[in-house]
Amino acid sequence: MTTASPQIVAQALVKRFGAFEALGGVSFEVAPGEVMGFLGPNGAGKSTLIRILCGLLRPSSGRALVAGIDVAKDPEGVRKRIGYMSQKFSLYNDLSVIENLRFFGGIYGVPRQDMEARLRFAVDMAGLAGQEDSLVATLAGGWKQRLALGAAILHRPTILFLDEPTSGVDPQSRRRFWNLIHTLGAEGVSVLVSTHYMDEAEYCNRIALINRGRLVALGTPAELKQRSLGGELLEVRCRNLGAAIEALRRAPGVRDAAVFGSTVHVVADPAANYRAGLAHYLAGHGIADAGVRPIAPTLEDSFVSLVQASSSAAEAR
Amino acid sequence: MSGAPPAVAIEAGRLSKRFGAKTAVDKLGLTVRQGEIFGLVGPDGAGKTTAMRMLASVMLPDEGTVTIDGVDALAQPERAKRHLSYMPQRFGLYEDLTVDENIRFYADVFEVPSDAWRARADALLAMSGMAQFRQRLAGKLSGGMKQKLGLACSLVHTPRVLLLDEPTTGVDPVSRREFWQILYSLRAEGVAILIATAYLDEAERCDRLAFMNEGIMLECDSPDALKAHMPGAILDVISTDPHAVRDAVASLPGVRDVLIVGTGAHVHVDDAKQALPRIMEKLGASGIAASGVSETPPSMEDVFLAFVRGRGKPAP
Repeated sequence: MTTASPQIVAQALVKRFGAFEALGGVSFEVAPGEVMGFLGPNGAGKSTLIRILCGLLRPSSGRALVAGIDVAKDPEGVRKRIGYMSQKFSLYNDLSVIENLRFFGGIYGVPRQDMEARLRFAVDMAGLAGQEDSLVATLAGGWKQRLALGAAILHRPTILFLDEPTSGVDPQSRRRFWNLIHTLGAEGVSVLVSTHYMDEAEYCNRIALINRGRLVALGTPAELKQRSLGGELLEVRCRNLGAAIEALRRAPGVRDAAVFGSTVHVVADPAANYRAGLAHYLAGHGIADAGVRPIAPTLEDSFVSLVQASSSAAEAR
Repeated sequence: MSGAPPAVAIEAGRLSKRFGAKTAVDKLGLTVRQGEIFGLVGPDGAGKTTAMRMLASVMLPDEGTVTIDGVDALAQPERAKRHLSYMPQRFGLYEDLTVDENIRFYADVFEVPSDAWRARADALLAMSGMAQFRQRLAGKLSGGMKQKLGLACSLVHTPRVLLLDEPTTGVDPVSRREFWQILYSLRAEGVAILIATAYLDEAERCDRLAFMNEGIMLECDSPDALKAHMPGAILDVISTDPHAVRDAVASLPGVRDVLIVGTGAHVHVDDAKQALPRIMEKLGASGIAASGVSETPPSMEDVFLAFVRGRGKPAP
């Protein structure tokens, strides 16, 4: 990694809509070439944040520097250097792939003499070769998605915002898309991507978790998984899940117990040493057949636990 | 508890549907028992929705059989529907009606006796954690709450069979987890649940699941068994330069696929024992720093993609 200055600097960003505080002081930085995932429940403030960084919305207070430019002072300058792709790819169904790209090139102000080279760049980068003359209406979801990406990078932005770009796209296309994102990252493009897919969040270099307008956690996927749970995660297998849940919720030192498939996932205080003792505890409460083993938390486990902890902290305030 | 398995609640045999030249669903066979959650997993266009519509008796198959709770659904669709509830992707909530009024409306549609609907609504709203929102307009609910209300409306006539078409698409993980806790309560009451999903992490929550692709069922088993049967293995390469790792190992013999992840790369290989030394050697020779290479359990997405690529062996 180089020590180049960050592509995005957010400093104590606050956004209020009337009495409602959509963002309550969010600060972070994104390095060149970094792929950063934005996770959070619906309504957490992710879209508000992305709109501020794109210069579409003014913050109530705080400052955002994008590609070194103060967004509030020069939103036009920012928009020239960023690409944006939303979950509803706004493409023209009755135009071909290349006609769509040419149209967006015009909108982004690509100079006429550069147009052909940029179209070539977008087609190659987005993996659209061979489909240049296909009507968009006839394309499968994965191709449309890559075309939307191609349109977003026509003007060679150094920062790319992707708002739930893979909703409803099949797994193979999703993987291909992510390979493209990492290729852009390797060329120094910083990518901010919001998603609800936890397996996708694993592909990011770092993850920012937002809840109720606040940054709840920031770190690599591995870091988030390690520190977030507030206990150890145990998997319980037994015949009668309902009875096991009842007993587990009354067990001292058990923070959470929830059904997961044909098992129960338990978050327990490490001090209770349930790794060794939970089967015995359950046997004493009428469940003789329980098998217990420690398991690695998934990103979803961490996500849910962090969101719940920050929500109850917010309610206590 | 007796040794006999619970009764079969949903049964499809050689179910097929063509639209013009395209076969949307090709000889689908599946069985779901009472108290079981069965997942139909696959990309858009795999045939999940078409299959579900035929099971719900809202679309006639070209051939095949459907039995719902012992009733031949093709011969007696109206009788089969009495036991069943189908929640399509876009469930019709009335946005200008309150939560309570929506449930009341569906109670009337499903001919729930007027003295019974309120008790049922109380129970459903308590189960879905929405009791304090009864007077809120449906249009003012969050995405996750709308899906929970849709589910409550689908359950107002106490169906024995529940068909859910991608109920959690676009719903955040916290709401998704709450939604699944409701499904687990229903499962404990013996309801048979068939759920279509494109989320592969969600597939892990089902008792059994079927991978579908292009109208064909590729594989059908429990999540654990599917993982155990995945052809090949996944090696986790930890490296600060995942692109170099990909370029170096992608063409090695025995390497099927390389996926860049936040911490490095996941390399799908035919055989972990043979591939591991080969990969270590190649990375060393190429001067690529890797702080570790080890086998890691496959994700459900790894498993799905392995079966899609290794096609030609559809489920028997």
